[in-house]
Amino acid sequence: MKITLRIWRQAGKDAPGRLVSYQRDDVSPDMSFLEMLDVLNEDLIAKGEEPVEFDSDCREGICGMCGLVINGEPHGPQVTTTCQLHMRSFEGCDSITIEPLRADAFPVLRDLVVDRSPLDRIIQAGGYVSVNTGSAPEAHSQLVPKVHADRAFDAAVCIGCGACAAACPNASAMLFLGAKVTHLGELPQGQPERDARVVNMLNQHDEEGFGGCTNVGACATACPKEIPLDVISQLNKDLRHSLVKGL
Amino acid sequence: MTDRTAGLFVEGEPIHDTKAPAGPIETRWSRRKFEAKLVNPANRRKLSVIVVGTGLAGASASATLGEAGYVVKSFCYQDSPRRAHSIAAQGGINAAKNYKEDGDSVFRLFYDTVKGGDYRARESNVFRLAEVSTNIIDQCVAQGVPFAREYGGLLDNRSFGGVQVSRTFYARGQTGQQLLIGAYQALQRQVAAGSVEVFTRHEMLELVIVEGRARGIIVRDMVSGEIETHLADAVVLATGGYGNVFFLSTNAMGCNVTATWRAHRKGALFANPCFTQIHPTCIPVSGEHQSKLTLMSESLRNDGRIWVPKDPADRDKDPRQIPEEARDYYLERIYPSFGNLVPRDIASRAAKYQCDEGKGVGPGGLGVYLDFADVIARLGVDTVKARYGNLFDMYARITGENPYETPMRIYPAVHYTMGGLWVDYDLQSTIPGLFVAGEANFSDHGANRLGASALMQGLADGYFVLPNTIRDYLAAGPFPTVAQDAPEVVEARSAVQTRIEGFLSSNGSRTVDSFHRELGHIMWEYCGMERSEEGLLEAISRIRALRKEFQDDVRVLGANEQVNASLEKAGRVADLIDLGELMCIDALQRRESCGGHFRVESQTEDGEALRHDDEYAYVSAWQYSGEDGPPVLRKEPLVYEFVEMKQRSYK
Ligand SMILES: Cc1cc2nc3c(=O)[nH]c(=O)nc-3n(C[C@H](O)[C@H](O)[C@H](O)COP(=O)(O)OP(=O)(O)OC[C@H]3O[C@@H](n4cnc5c(N)ncnc54)[C@H](O)[C@@H]3O)c2cc1C
Ligand code: SF4
Ligand code: FES
Repeated sequence: MKITLRIWRQAGKDAPGRLVSYQRDDVSPDMSFLEMLDVLNEDLIAKGEEPVEFDSDCREGICGMCGLVINGEPHGPQVTTTCQLHMRSFEGCDSITIEPLRADAFPVLRDLVVDRSPLDRIIQAGGYVSVNTGSAPEAHSQLVPKVHADRAFDAAVCIGCGACAAACPNASAMLFLGAKVTHLGELPQGQPERDARVVNMLNQHDEEGFGGCTNVGACATACPKEIPLDVISQLNKDLRHSLVKGL
Repeated sequence: MTDRTAGLFVEGEPIHDTKAPAGPIETRWSRRKFEAKLVNPANRRKLSVIVVGTGLAGASASATLGEAGYVVKSFCYQDSPRRAHSIAAQGGINAAKNYKEDGDSVFRLFYDTVKGGDYRARESNVFRLAEVSTNIIDQCVAQGVPFAREYGGLLDNRSFGGVQVSRTFYARGQTGQQLLIGAYQALQRQVAAGSVEVFTRHEMLELVIVEGRARGIIVRDMVSGEIETHLADAVVLATGGYGNVFFLSTNAMGCNVTATWRAHRKGALFANPCFTQIHPTCIPVSGEHQSKLTLMSESLRNDGRIWVPKDPADRDKDPRQIPEEARDYYLERIYPSFGNLVPRDIASRAAKYQCDEGKGVGPGGLGVYLDFADVIARLGVDTVKARYGNLFDMYARITGENPYETPMRIYPAVHYTMGGLWVDYDLQSTIPGLFVAGEANFSDHGANRLGASALMQGLADGYFVLPNTIRDYLAAGPFPTVAQDAPEVVEARSAVQTRIEGFLSSNGSRTVDSFHRELGHIMWEYCGMERSEEGLLEAISRIRALRKEFQDDVRVLGANEQVNASLEKAGRVADLIDLGELMCIDALQRRESCGGHFRVESQTEDGEALRHDDEYAYVSAWQYSGEDGPPVLRKEPLVYEFVEMKQRSYK
């Protein structure tokens, strides 16, 4: 395959960035998207040019480390992570534009690498159950109906990649937030802190510079783990509950 | 030692674990916990611990130590602690809950694990692992880990990795992810509470030892390039495994040996480095561009049938056109009683043999078929989809082939490393104050690891073992304050700086990845599934040549003061090269087939693995003796008081 890549290059956090074109003539359809970039980097280094920096780790679609905006879409054209895309899905496509995940809360560190630490701070604000090691009751002391366990699981598969915020015109991370609120809210273990959790996490979300949700739904389209939009409805419901209680 | 291995290593004093109490195995752990000194809660605030790694072992240890009131600093190289490689574990986690009333017990889990490790693990450690396994499940459930449940609301279990009881807890195919998120959330709760400080995108590059004690680490801020010193009363390494020495493995791209290797160079013994696990069901390599391999859950072997064409000439044919009689279902043929469900190492090796005979399929002839046609005909596509749908989808995405229609292709890949830093029963290395947890230590899996037991060990170490044993050490603290300009600190920091400058100024012609790939080829060829004296000697001389070439000819562009993946990789690959050599030396001295590895010189008449308990029932713990000195082999004899050693037989 022959492809022209247009890749965002930016030397550092405060440096100006621009798209740079690279012509590739030997792309194999069996390469993963990131392997295609690996090969580009090998060639750049051979020529004495600095390689393109991008993040990835597991390359199995589970760690959430990768995340590129490909032709305008976070994680590209398929419902999966960037690392699980393969070049065969770009057959017939002669140019690909690659940019970092963009959101005000995610500053670019270099080239395609961004800072997503705001997502960790949102979890710190309440995305947990307060139970110290050793103080847990016997696992079977509380039954959890399968439907609740399954719904909790469906929300818990969020990989914290931040694509939802990058896809959203308001740069809102509400899908990420809703996923955590729903995961813990579906389980008996999450009940005692449920009201405070949603309020504190939401405050942190806003403080980090993420925007509000206006029900565009671009987040759920971009989400590689198919987190359903209804986790945001759940979040709003939980929020109303806690506001009624005056939290 | 044969003449040809002379000079490659020397034998030193044996070593012993002095911390595990003797006597009845059932009470050893409670007795050790009782004997271990306590630290008064008010003093804990004055004691600091550095934990490197945020996988299951590191995150759980940091959270627990933070809850107890110690001052904790936690480090990882990813941009968030939640991304540690534990996240990728699929299958499940064992625990001796006996919820199914199928005869499971702590003793049985202990027994299975010792046997699974092919009698090369310590009984005391393994018993403790089995004992605390039940607490892990309680803890994780309380944190909100959404394990699979039955309709009645109880936790579901399945049988895994060929054991006869159902003791594996799971969260669909994403158990590692859910367990890690539980530990990560517990960690973030401590960050919010102010007891743990997390440093992401920070890579440990050196250990600081002052007056014989581990007192800190030197790290590089992977964004700014700043070289920082962090000091504490104790250091815990929970930095995972070194499978990436093979370049292609199921490990994440960043997995490395640097933290433990740097500690090894400073005096920590490295145990059983050659014990690695090879998983039979991975998606084969598709070309030279391949950067990593993807594991397909072992459960596929429950229903899939493995075969190759009988005639190498059929290799490139459409498999569906190859008639039954022209196929060799070799596992079913050679191992009629276990068939496709033989243990991982046997399945892996058998696939290699078929490919060596030229019958391998797919690119490069490195693959065998895993065929679901029979089960689809028997149970229908829908049932198969319900069982394996997500795995089939993943396979289709990666290979572009539809496994419902054409057989999958699989090939073995490195998956786990049983070796690691030597630790005593307290998880303390031979450097006082340096503790090692999770896959980074060597302690519990012997020569082979049972499925679903690495997650168990990581969380056992981090939640329950280490927090109890480290207090015995910390009770003597706080230790005298170390100044940032103490000679030991300055020396460690400048060693790191010199090394980085060396990479950046070497101006060679080859990329770091090209060296890594070459190292991987050598290791896979000679120190992989099958080893021989001949091959290992060849590997050692090639690795030495590679090291020399790396030093002279590596090319790392850019500067230290920026995000620079090549620079990060250069340090990791340099350490992996050194480790690779030690692995080959370790494999060389162990002239027996045992656990996950096969020595050609040690086989039964019909070609099966032959262990030699009379000569090799020991842990090989290696001591570093400088860049030029041969490593020193220190043997820890293994004694079996509760489990009788038996040869495996699967025929
Ligand atoms: C694909 C796959 C599937 C698996 N499935 C199963 C399964 O079903 N059941 C099972 O029991 N086991 C399974 N395993 C094995 C198991 O997942 C691992 O052994 C275990 O998770 C290791 O945990 P850990 O905490 O020791 O290390 P890791 O999770 O690897 O964490 C290592 C940590 O150390 C940090 N680190 C490393 N080096 C440095 C450094 N120099 N400086 C700073 N930080 C550093 C990393 O950032 C990371 O945070 C699987 C493994 C793989 C690869
Ligand atoms: S909700 Fe989806 S897109 Fe957003 S962080 Fe989670 S996995 Fe990524
Ligand atoms: S690299 Fe882990 S999800 Fe893509």
